[in-house]
Amino acid sequence: MIIGEPPPPSGAFGVDAIAMTMRFGDFLALDNVELKVRPGSFHALLGENGAGKSTLVKCIMGYYHATEGDILIGGREQAIANPKDAHALGLGMVYQHFTLVPAMTVAENLVLARDDVPAVVNWPMEMKELEAFLARMPFKVPLSAKVSDISAGERQKCEILKQLYLERRFLILDEPTSVLTPAEADEVLGMLRDMVVKGELTILMITHKFREVMAFADEVTILRRGKLAGAGKVSELTPAAMARTMIGAEQLTAQPARTGEAGKARLELAKLRALDDAGAIAVHDVSLTVRAGEIVGVAGVSGNGQRQLVEVLAGQREAEGGEIRVAGDPYHASREEMRRHKMSLLPEEPLKNACVGGMSVADNIAFREFDRAPFASGGWWLNRGAFRDAARMKIDQYKIKTRMPETPISALSGGNVQRAVLARELAGDVEVLIAANPCFGLDFAAVAQIHAEIMAARNRGAAVLLVSEDLDELLELSDRLVVMFHGEFVYEARTSEADLTEVGRHMAGH
Amino acid sequence: MTTEAADSAEAVGIIAPAADPGFLQRHGGTIEYVLIPGAALVAALAVFGIFVMLSGKDPLDLYFYMYYGAFGTWFSWQNTLTRAAPLILTALCTALPAQLGMVIIGGEGALLIGALTATSAALALQGLPPLVIQIAMVCAGVIGGGLWIMLAGALRQYRGVNETISSLLLVYIALAILNHLVEGAMRDPASLNKPSTREIGAANMIGTIPGTDVHWGLVFGVIAAIAAYILIYHTVFGFAARIAGGNIRAAKIVGLGVSKLILTICFLAGGAAGLAGMVEVAAVQGRTNANLAAGYGFTGILVAFLARQNPLAIIPVAILLGGISASGGLLQRRLGLPDASVLVLQGIIFVFVLASDALYGRIGFLKGKS
Repeated sequence: MIIGEPPPPSGAFGVDAIAMTMRFGDFLALDNVELKVRPGSFHALLGENGAGKSTLVKCIMGYYHATEGDILIGGREQAIANPKDAHALGLGMVYQHFTLVPAMTVAENLVLARDDVPAVVNWPMEMKELEAFLARMPFKVPLSAKVSDISAGERQKCEILKQLYLERRFLILDEPTSVLTPAEADEVLGMLRDMVVKGELTILMITHKFREVMAFADEVTILRRGKLAGAGKVSELTPAAMARTMIGAEQLTAQPARTGEAGKARLELAKLRALDDAGAIAVHDVSLTVRAGEIVGVAGVSGNGQRQLVEVLAGQREAEGGEIRVAGDPYHASREEMRRHKMSLLPEEPLKNACVGGMSVADNIAFREFDRAPFASGGWWLNRGAFRDAARMKIDQYKIKTRMPETPISALSGGNVQRAVLARELAGDVEVLIAANPCFGLDFAAVAQIHAEIMAARNRGAAVLLVSEDLDELLELSDRLVVMFHGEFVYEARTSEADLTEVGRHMAGH
Repeated sequence: MTTEAADSAEAVGIIAPAADPGFLQRHGGTIEYVLIPGAALVAALAVFGIFVMLSGKDPLDLYFYMYYGAFGTWFSWQNTLTRAAPLILTALCTALPAQLGMVIIGGEGALLIGALTATSAALALQGLPPLVIQIAMVCAGVIGGGLWIMLAGALRQYRGVNETISSLLLVYIALAILNHLVEGAMRDPASLNKPSTREIGAANMIGTIPGTDVHWGLVFGVIAAIAAYILIYHTVFGFAARIAGGNIRAAKIVGLGVSKLILTICFLAGGAAGLAGMVEVAAVQGRTNANLAAGYGFTGILVAFLARQNPLAIIPVAILLGGISASGGLLQRRLGLPDASVLVLQGIIFVFVLASDALYGRIGFLKGKS
C-alpha cells in the first residue's frame, strides 16, 4: 500500500477497468476492454477459453501490467504494480485449483496465508481469534482438520474463507465451481451471494456455466477474442442471448440423436482391482459390461477410484488383479490389442495424459498411426509429408485452432488440445471408446463438439465407457449409469429410470 | 523446424493475425540453441581467464595458446580431431538416453568394458585376417558396452533404480573388473611397470585416415552421430522414443512398449561408448590397461549437454572440447600452467552450461509469441 493513503474503505467497493489493452508481442490479448463492477454486486465475467478473461483479472490483480488502460478501485485510480499492492487494497483472488497445503490443518493454512505471520505463532490465541472469525462467517469449516482429509467443497470454502480472513472485500473467483458437485456449488455461491446482498463483499466471478450466472449474478460482462462483446443486467438477459454474444457467429456442433440398440458385450471388466500411488486399494474388484452401441456412464465424486480405473484401461497402471476382456479376448493395453479392437481413449487433462507438449500438433495427431503407411515407409522410415497432410486435414475437420501444424501442442488452448486428441482418437472406426472427464474446463464450442463425437461413436456401434465428475454430462449422454464410491460400483440403473436423489445419495456413500 | 510451415497457415484455422511471423520468430528457437551455449562457453572462458590471471599469467596469452594449440596448425588440428573421435561416441552414450528422458552418465564404464571385450576378441582370434579381427573387435566392443548400459536401463525399468546413480557406480565396477583382469588373468607377463594385456598386434590396428595422423575412429564417430540423428528424427523407432521421452503417460496410452524402447536405446548408447573403447584400443593404445580410463567418458557428458543432446551438434562440440584438451600440453609448456588446468576449464564450462539452461525462452528479443 502506498504510504500516506487512507486505508481502503470498509464494506464493499467497486472496481472499474477502463480501456484496457494488453499486448503480448504482436498478439492482442485485450483490446480496449471495459469492465465496471459496482460496489456490492455479484458480477459474472463470461467468455470462451482464450477470450481474455484471465488476462483481464490478472491485470487487475497486478500480475500483468496492461499496455494501456486504467484501473479504478472504489472510484479512485490506482497503480497496481504487483499482487501485494492489490492485496493491500483489499482485492483477493480464488483460483480454479487449490492453493492450500494439503498436509497442514485448515487453521494453519489460514494463519500462514497472512503477510505478518510472527516467528513464533501463539496457537491458542490464534485459534480463539479464528473461532471468533468463523462465528461471523456464513461457512463453517473444521479448523483442526487436515486439508487432505476434507472434501473438495470444503476446500473451496477454505479458499474463500482465507480471502475473507485476510480482509479482502473484492473477491475474484476463477471458475470456483469446476471442482465441486452441483449441490456444493449452489451452497458456496449461495452463501457468497448472501454476503454480497448484505453489502460486505463485491464479487467478480469468471465462469462459463450459464446456470450459475442466471442464479447468482446481478450483472454480466462478456468477452470474445479479447474484445468486449456485451454487458448488462442478468435479469434482462437469457442464456441463449448470452451464449450468442459469447461465441459470436460460431456454430455449435449439433448433437446427433440417440439411435440404435445395444448389441453384444464389447468391454468386460471382471473383478478388476488396482492400487493407487500410495499402494492402497483404489479399485476394489469391480465388474462391468459395456455393450456395443451403448454409453455406460460412471458417476462419482473425484477420488473414488475412477482415475485408477481409467489408468488401468489406458495402460498407464498395472492391474493388481482381475481381468479385462475386449470382444472376448484378454486385454493388456498393448498397441497391438488397441489396434485390433479399435480402441480409443480420451483421458482427462489431455496435455498431461495423451500428448507430448514439446512435439508438434501434427506429430501428436499421428501418435496412433505413425508406424504404419502412409506415415511410415517400409515400417521404419518416417514420411514427414504424410504427417503434414494428415494434420492439415484433421485440423480443418476438427476445427483445431493452431497457427500451423508444426506449432508445439503445448501452445494450444485446452479446448484445442482436446480437439487434437479427438482428431487422433476418433478419426477411424471406433469399437471401444473410453473417455474420462473429456470436457473438463473446456468452452461451449468444444464441449458441444466432444459430446456430439461421443454420441456419434455410440450410434456407429462403439461401446463407450464415460467416466465423469459432471453429472449433467452423464445424464445427457449415457444409456446406463453406475456410481463409483470407494473403489466399488454401488449403484446401477438405466439413465432414463435413474432416480437423481438415489444417485446423489450413493455418490456421497450413504 | 518451422520454415515449410509458413505457407500452410492459409489452410488451417488461425487464431493470431496472419502476419508474417518474421525471421526472429521463425528461427528464434534455433538461434537460442546456438546463442545460449555459445554465451555460456564465452563466459566460462572469461572466468577461466580470471583464474589464470590470478596465477600471474596474461589471459590474452592463454586465449592465443589455446587457439593455437587446438586449431592453429595442421598438427594441432590433427591432435584435436584425434581427441574428438572418442568424445563423439561417449557423448552419444548420454545424448541417446536423454531422448527418453534418462540421464546416463556412465559412458566411461561402457568405454572400459568395450575396450576389454574388443581386446579379448582380438586376442582370441589371433591369426585370422586383420579385417576379420577388426570387425570382430567392433562387434565385441559395441555388444560389451551396450550390455553394460543396458544393465543400468534394466535396473531402472524393472527395479526402479535411478539410472544416473547406477550408471555412475557401474563406472567404478567396470574399472575394478578391468584392473582385476589386467593384473590377473589377462596380464601380459612382459608388462612390468604398467600391467596390461598382450598387444592386439600392429597388423590388426585400424590405422589412420590417409594423408593424416587422425585415426579412423573419427569416421566411426561421425557416422555414429549421423546415424543416431537419423534414428531419432527420421525413423519410427526414434519417434516412439521421443513420445516416451516427452511424456511416458502419452506413450502408454497409445500402447507403446516402453521397456523395449528403454533397453534398446540404452544398448545403442552403451554400444557407442563401447565403440569408443574399441577405437582407443585398436587405434591408439594397442592393448588394454588403466590408461584407457582417461576421462573421455566423463568429458562426453559435457559434450552431450553442451550440444543439448542433439546428435548432430555433438560433432562440432566434440571437436571444440577435443581442441581444449589438445591445447593442454601447449599451455603447460608455454605458460607453465599445470596439466590439470584444462580440467578446471571443463568444470567451469559445465557449470555455466547447466546454469544457462534457465535462460531458454527468456531472452526477450527472441521470443516468438504464439
